[in-house]
Amino acid sequence: MASRESDWEGVRLHVVTGKGGTGKTTVAAALALALAGEGRRTLLVEVENRQGIAQLFDSPPLPYEERKVAVGPGGGDVFALAIDPEDALLEYLDLFYRLGRAGRGLRRIGAIDFATTIAPGMRDVLLTGKVYEAVRRRKGTEHVYDAVVLDAPPTGRITRFLGVNEEVAGLARVGPIHGQADSIMSLLRSPMTAVHIVTLLEEMPVQETSDGVTELAKAGLPVGGVVVNAVRAPLLKQAELTAAAKGRLDRAELAEGLAAAGVKVGEAGVDALLVEAAEHAARVALEKSQRRTVKTLQRPTYDLPLLTGGVDLGALYQLAEHLCRQGMA
Amino acid sequence: MPAGDGVSPTTSRTLDLDAVLADRSTRIIVCCGAGGVGKTTTAAALGLRAAEEGRTVVVLTIDPARRLAQSMGLSELDNSPRRVTGVDESRGGSLDAMMLDMKRTFDEVVFAHATPERAQAIVENPFYQSLSSSFSGTQEYMAMEKLGQLRAEDRWDLIVVDTPPSRSALDFLDAPKRLGSFLDGRFIRVLMGTAKTGGRAYLKVVGAGLNVMTSVLTKVLGGQVLKDLQAFIAALDTMFGGFRERADATYQLLQARGTSFVVVAAPERDALREASYFVERLGEEAMPLSGLVLNRVHASGATGLSADRAAAGAETLDETRSHPLAAGILRLHAERMRLIEREQSLRGRFTAAHPRVPVVDVAAQPGDVHDLDGLRLVGESLAGA
Repeated sequence: MASRESDWEGVRLHVVTGKGGTGKTTVAAALALALAGEGRRTLLVEVENRQGIAQLFDSPPLPYEERKVAVGPGGGDVFALAIDPEDALLEYLDLFYRLGRAGRGLRRIGAIDFATTIAPGMRDVLLTGKVYEAVRRRKGTEHVYDAVVLDAPPTGRITRFLGVNEEVAGLARVGPIHGQADSIMSLLRSPMTAVHIVTLLEEMPVQETSDGVTELAKAGLPVGGVVVNAVRAPLLKQAELTAAAKGRLDRAELAEGLAAAGVKVGEAGVDALLVEAAEHAARVALEKSQRRTVKTLQRPTYDLPLLTGGVDLGALYQLAEHLCRQGMA
Repeated sequence: MPAGDGVSPTTSRTLDLDAVLADRSTRIIVCCGAGGVGKTTTAAALGLRAAEEGRTVVVLTIDPARRLAQSMGLSELDNSPRRVTGVDESRGGSLDAMMLDMKRTFDEVVFAHATPERAQAIVENPFYQSLSSSFSGTQEYMAMEKLGQLRAEDRWDLIVVDTPPSRSALDFLDAPKRLGSFLDGRFIRVLMGTAKTGGRAYLKVVGAGLNVMTSVLTKVLGGQVLKDLQAFIAALDTMFGGFRERADATYQLLQARGTSFVVVAAPERDALREASYFVERLGEEAMPLSGLVLNRVHASGATGLSADRAAAGAETLDETRSHPLAAGILRLHAERMRLIEREQSLRGRFTAAHPRVPVVDVAAQPGDVHDLDGLRLVGESLAGA
């Protein structure tokens, strides 16, 4: 696709977080597509059991298995995986301890259930462990995936989620689990990882983004870019916006213009349109002030347009294109 | 009203929240839904409105945005309800609010159920510390626990509770049951067996083959981790019954008369899908659903002018290079009408699938709520005023 270097050369794990409702699954999917340049392979991973990826790519629910879901606009392959903590645990036990039937025995007595739902942080350990495995997996000397994109838990939980292995390393002070937890933490803290935050130009999401940047940095996790989602271009000129905000738009001029356009809305209709203009002006002003706050974070920022028609596969490609053009991929 | 269909006896399909708030038999309102749909704001606004209509209310928020918390005068997380000032108490009501501190709530449960020495041993165990502060399901347990406590105190005639920002709205319902089934599980008995007897006698009880389990656990967890875990389990042993009873009691509280679920969503695909799951689940569990609050709905005073006609009008003006203001405003209206169409079609899908669930639309606000006046406005929209 774009021949220019991306802003994230050397990053192999892209973690995408954001406040609930900001569109992080969509952005993660678009990023996975954008990163799938010619001859490249990306893996898009979800960990929250929502089957959001399957819905976006219009495919049946994903099993615990890597599946090709799309071809990137640059010709590379996009694979997807929905990680199930139980299966991840059994796989892990099998891999490291060759448990086989004993693993099933663990399930029977409820140990698997314990480990994946009750044990402190175990679920997050398994999820991050599987991501770690996918990032590091090699076939011969080559990495199987050029990039892994993680559709991660929301901003409010992301630092705890990514930092869980540190806690585990603290609980298990020696032994295999300690070693594994340490390796995962070093990957997550390395320049091979970038944690991107998705936001809208609204107060709460921007506030959470700003809190998230601070928390991640404090925890020694590499903060990536900020993706501003659902950006709308102002439809009125600055002078008109200022007038609209003050309720001083030229009503007679509007009525005349509507007549010239052959639009009949009546007196009440003209008033209603003026209200819409004032609301638009208020929103544009709010977005501007939020934009200033985003700027103060001093992170690379990428804009994605609002898709009024909703998100389908075609729209995902459009968003991927936007990300490539702006240098995110 | 047949039991078990989960819908309150509302004949109209519009959700009348004022009626729910005014009904003195409503003792608990649970606001649930996906993350980012305005659950906490909805809970706070309902609490304020009920208080100003004369009820003695406490609002339990889980993770409020800073400014929303400030609007209710909640500047710290102190795990106990505080009176909100600036509320109109002329009708005899009052509003208390609190933020959940899950670790403190957990500690309180431990100290309430164990001897002081044993409780101290529990809270000092590394597994307990991890479980009580970082386990993602703990927030749900503790929200339920706190709800049970507030109800038992009986100081308020209405409790409005916000639910944790889980990955799924359903976690809130599942967490207490999961705790119960875990505590009854064989795994715990195996671990307790090894803890109590030094790791041998349990074999007779639970059967052969389990020695493999212990060796597996030792291998996977390491001896030290297993020891900490067993110490933790052994220390918790005495309070298991208490835990389980409480989880069960709170679950029953949610099914009882006087509890009312309000599902909150925004007119977006994911949020409404989550709302659908929740509505179905409440039905299955025979939990009383009041209805759906649909936040951030767009409207227009000029719906007679369609998106297509407005867009065509704007194009006409562009061609003649005249009246740029009118052209801009027509484009704005076209965009708004398309958004409304999309929202209405999503809303229509939900109501077609759940025709008996009453819905109330809350208009999109340009900014966030910063003060009680802002909450009052949200309350008015919720009441359809």
